[in-house]
Amino acid sequence: MNHFRAPEARRFVSASLVIGVAFVVFGTSFGVLAVGAGATVAQACVLSLFVYTGASQMSVVSVIAAGGSPASAFGGAVLLACRNAVYGLAMSPVLNGRLSSRLLGAQWVIDETTALATAEHDPSMRRTAFWVSAPILYAAWNLGTLAGALVGDSIDPSAFGLDAAFPVMFTAMLVPHLRTRNGRRAALFGGVMSVALAPFMPVGLPILVAAFGMFFGLSPEHDAPPVRTDGAP
Amino acid sequence: MTWTLVLLLGASAYALKALGAVVIGDRAVPPALQRCLLLIPAALLAALITKDTFTSGQEIVVDARLVGLAVAAVLSWRRAPFALTVFAGVGATALLRLVA
Repeated sequence: MNHFRAPEARRFVSASLVIGVAFVVFGTSFGVLAVGAGATVAQACVLSLFVYTGASQMSVVSVIAAGGSPASAFGGAVLLACRNAVYGLAMSPVLNGRLSSRLLGAQWVIDETTALATAEHDPSMRRTAFWVSAPILYAAWNLGTLAGALVGDSIDPSAFGLDAAFPVMFTAMLVPHLRTRNGRRAALFGGVMSVALAPFMPVGLPILVAAFGMFFGLSPEHDAPPVRTDGAP
Repeated sequence: MTWTLVLLLGASAYALKALGAVVIGDRAVPPALQRCLLLIPAALLAALITKDTFTSGQEIVVDARLVGLAVAAVLSWRRAPFALTVFAGVGATALLRLVA
């Protein structure tokens, strides 16, 4: 695939293992909640293998669990996946190998791999950072999901406060986005819309209206970091 | 959860990643569009948080989940590890239900 530099590769392995622990925990939580929302073990695993975007996966399960339609669950999850297209743009020079390796690498373009790779200045180091971290994190997320889905059957979500697990996890994922002014505006808009419209719309629809908060991005921002990491793909 | 939803979402999520990495490549995209796309998670995650905390179906409800959310918000803002944040938030909700 690419020429790795062994000493530097070790640095990326240890960084990936630290993030990988968070991925296992988060992936396990996803597996438990997915099965609790009515997904089969196979469906939970296929979501993690193919969607491989934590926020989208949690969002689809959260909307379905609340009784939303598949269409609105799909819409919200796809909108959340749009940022990966932006990361893909940033990572395109890093994935500059054969078409087959580009297509494989594309699946692993997420917050964390983009952050690790773009933190390096040297192009070959960027490739090493990506190709070392990507398979480790992918394995961690999917093993966590399988474990969570397998134990998920035996747990009643509300008995252990697990219905609070959704907002708690989304909060951990949101905080990095609140460090810019436009991020705070978009979050305020989305958060208010979601509750204010709830009594008047079918479940799942207010989430899509909340997405209009993205247009706060039309005004420029000077302190915006290119990539945020939140501990999930 | 239906297989149609699972597979459609898998295909769409991959297509979005490949669009940037393989199809568009190094060609320029308007910076304003990039900024908007990167703001989507802020708007949607906040919407999901308030939905999951304050609503039950179409009704607005305030219950023990609010305490879990507050605990998680403080811990996340102080950059506590993810696992600690989740266990503390979920634990606080369960504890309040137990004593209330």
